Amino acid sequence: MRELQISLNQTQRIRLQRALELLESISSKANSDASVIVADTIPLNYDDGVLKGHGTLDLNGEVVATICGVVERINKLIYVRALRARYKPEVGDIIVGRVTEVAPKRWRLNINYSQDAVLMLSSMNLPDGIQRRQTADDELNMRSIFEENDVICAEVRGFQHDGLHLQARSQKYGKVERGQLLTVSPYLVKRRKQHFHHLEQYGIDLIFGCNGFIRIGERVDPTEDMMIEDQVNKSEQKGSKFEGTFGNQVQERVYTPLETRQNICRTANAIRVLSNLGFIMTVEVIMETVSLSLSLNINVHEMLGSEFCVLTAEKEAERRTSSKKRG
Amino acid sequence: MEFVSPEGLRLDGRRPMEMRQIRAEIGAVSKADGSALFEMGNTKVLAAVYGPREVQNRSQQMSNQALVRCEYTMANFSTGDRMRKPKGDRRSTEISLVIRQTMEECILTHLMPRSQIDIFVQVLQADGGTRSACINAATLALADAGIPMRDIVTSCSAGYLNSTPLLDLNYVEDSAGGPDVTVGFLPKLDKVTLLQMDSKLPVDIFENVMQLAIEGCKAVANYIREVMLESTKKLEYCRGA
Repeated sequence: MRELQISLNQTQRIRLQRALELLESISSKANSDASVIVADTIPLNYDDGVLKGHGTLDLNGEVVATICGVVERINKLIYVRALRARYKPEVGDIIVGRVTEVAPKRWRLNINYSQDAVLMLSSMNLPDGIQRRQTADDELNMRSIFEENDVICAEVRGFQHDGLHLQARSQKYGKVERGQLLTVSPYLVKRRKQHFHHLEQYGIDLIFGCNGFIRIGERVDPTEDMMIEDQVNKSEQKGSKFEGTFGNQVQERVYTPLETRQNICRTANAIRVLSNLGFIMTVEVIMETVSLSLSLNINVHEMLGSEFCVLTAEKEAERRTSSKKRG
Repeated sequence: MEFVSPEGLRLDGRRPMEMRQIRAEIGAVSKADGSALFEMGNTKVLAAVYGPREVQNRSQQMSNQALVRCEYTMANFSTGDRMRKPKGDRRSTEISLVIRQTMEECILTHLMPRSQIDIFVQVLQADGGTRSACINAATLALADAGIPMRDIVTSCSAGYLNSTPLLDLNYVEDSAGGPDVTVGFLPKLDKVTLLQMDSKLPVDIFENVMQLAIEGCKAVANYIREVMLESTKKLEYCRGA
């Protein structure tokens, strides 16, 4: 049994237990016993001609699970959805990763997958914004774009013979700076239409990487970025190099106000608490957790303590009960 | 020395065919991909699994399957007399190899090409049967890491002292120098993946002792499955829709 790694006192333990029991009772009504573990036989309900998907194995005519997870049935397809596991990429996923290596014409990124992902120099828009062939000069300047340990947001392009390829062909992708990177288990991030979020009242940006990397940072105004981009274009035409223009960008905004930093930390801690409890991450849940901490006047550092953890669990149980009633 | 009293009790009060109390806990190391703590009586083992991840040494990369590595260490404080052992002595190298081969057999390595899986097992308290406890802990940790496996491997030891087959030897019985059979077993496939024996036994008695160890493996498997199922259910209901 996975236990929380914080110490609770007697009342807190009982409250947490009650909240978790409530959560269990809600979910057990929804789907009855679809959880399987390694080497469990999956009942076929006398269907023949089933398709065996991920996480299953054929053993003397029986379908057997090879991972711990939840059985999903879609028409004739039977597969096991893994819970705690490494990220499994799908084409088009938005991910956040960290550069581990600058190699010839490519960057290698750690994205919590079983291999490092590859971002080719040719599959991203250069900072000058002009569509053109990449030259040897660009290749030499690769470190001025991304260096080792930079955090990058990109999209999964697909599998090639040498591994997983990424692309970053839009303004919204690229290096992310001045914020926090959090790693949660990928099953807690749901694939949605929107993975970039701007929280206006806190002045921060949130990027939910499908790989479980969540990035929180100061709001970067895209229009402002465009303007810089334009300036870059102009100066480019005058014949200056990347380095100079990047220097300008850095100089332009180096200061993050204290309030924004606190908001970043508060949101980050909200995500940490939710991740510890194993609750799914959506903007709504995170925002509710942040406003809960604000309404109770809980300091940023106290959010990781036992009391707030119990409060979050109770709040989540309440939220799911009410949404169930409405539904 | 008398290991089974006339009343049929062993030194620690167990019956010959009785196992020590077992306890397992999933998720002991927060930064690992999967981890587990496994106790068999006073033997206590911690296992952590990292991966599948990028291969650290490029020359070891295999294009059709994953590389499995295992490291077994005994904590200095794990035995009665505190000893500073050099890392990589013969005993721990041998046990690392045994655990690696046993786990590699049941992991579906072909599903994770060009990657590596690291298993670290650390003995916190040693009271006989560390090999078995390590294999059981590693199974739990691998399942927790979401690594696809053919079946769960469980392990248990059995011995033969005072002309009685004994299940799950503790340190005192183990160091008596009698035969000690360690079995690794796949309960679903009904197959043996590991069989080790110190000293000698006649064939007919050996079969009995091995059968006893297999029964022990099945009992461990039942318990491990319970723990896994409970953990999986909890993850699912906490996650919600």
